[in-house]
Amino acid sequence: MIKPETITALGERFPAVRFSEFRDQHRAAVPAAELAEVFGFVKDTQGFDLLVDVTCVDYLNFRDAEDRFGLVYLLANTVTNERLTLRVYLNEPNLTVPSATAFWKGANWFEREVYDMFGIEFAGHPDLRRILMPDEFTAFPLRKDYPLQGRGERHNFPVLTREES
Amino acid sequence: MAIEIPENVVVSRLDSLASWCRKNSLWPMPFATACCGIELMATGASKHDLARFGAEVMRFSPRQCDLMIVAGRVVMKMLPVLQRIWQQMHEPKWCISMGACASTGGVFDTYSVVQGIDRFIPVDMYVPGCPPRPEQLIQAIIDLQDKIQAEGTIGGREFAMRSRQEPKRALVELNVLSLPRGVSNLPQGVRVE
Repeated sequence: MIKPETITALGERFPAVRFSEFRDQHRAAVPAAELAEVFGFVKDTQGFDLLVDVTCVDYLNFRDAEDRFGLVYLLANTVTNERLTLRVYLNEPNLTVPSATAFWKGANWFEREVYDMFGIEFAGHPDLRRILMPDEFTAFPLRKDYPLQGRGERHNFPVLTREES
Repeated sequence: MAIEIPENVVVSRLDSLASWCRKNSLWPMPFATACCGIELMATGASKHDLARFGAEVMRFSPRQCDLMIVAGRVVMKMLPVLQRIWQQMHEPKWCISMGACASTGGVFDTYSVVQGIDRFIPVDMYVPGCPPRPEQLIQAIIDLQDKIQAEGTIGGREFAMRSRQEPKRALVELNVLSLPRGVSNLPQGVRVE
């Protein structure tokens, strides 16, 4: 649920933002260039003080999809109970967006997870390392062009036998 | 010249005696990563009472254990830890692969889950089930006791036998259907970029 004034204010401040609605849930598709300004606006002016989650969708081979990646920010206003979804569409090779850690501290690990799984770079992130996969892992496993069973990484280890252990 | 043996003396082999001692005081090392670990805890608790088989003392330091029970799926980030713990355990030591995930990867045929720990460490007993009942784990421990009694030697000569080291099934990675063109039939462990 979101107040109409919030939508209006965001639309007036950023004319390039496209809005859509599905079952009372409002989404705002933001151009990547304006993302940092939108973060500051919705947090400081509109009071969206909680970043619920940051995640990503790979639209490779998805029907009617125009862009490769859809980055999703789920925001909440804990005072008015408003909720807003920000979406940023990205295409290779420009997979860098500004980090949200300057606005919400909790974005730190969310963005590390999105980087780990999809390879999207967050400029200005204080500690952009892999969070789930081992450090020596080189692929981004949740991309649709990555095979489900991996490329042999899971069995790339030395074998211990009885003799040597 | 015959030796006179009193009636209260029993003659045995030293290997047999040592194995008899070992099999009745197994000290399990619980390597529990998933739901099989819950069944492992139930096995050690009072209802199923692993103490009847002399294996109730679970220690969380590998240096005090001689039976590693791998309960649950092992992912590629965990495997170096598993191998390190296995190497830290003292001989003689045995390993039980508990449940479908530890034995074969189970339903988790994905990029990060190791498809059976026996690819990387030696395994003595496999327990099927998802997760296995405590009775199944107890049966595996009983079978392991029989194995220790039957082939255990004081010097651990059975561990040097070739038949013990050869894998029991073909450790070949199945062909991945969705690999990019030209890189099918990869050798095991090769990383492609």
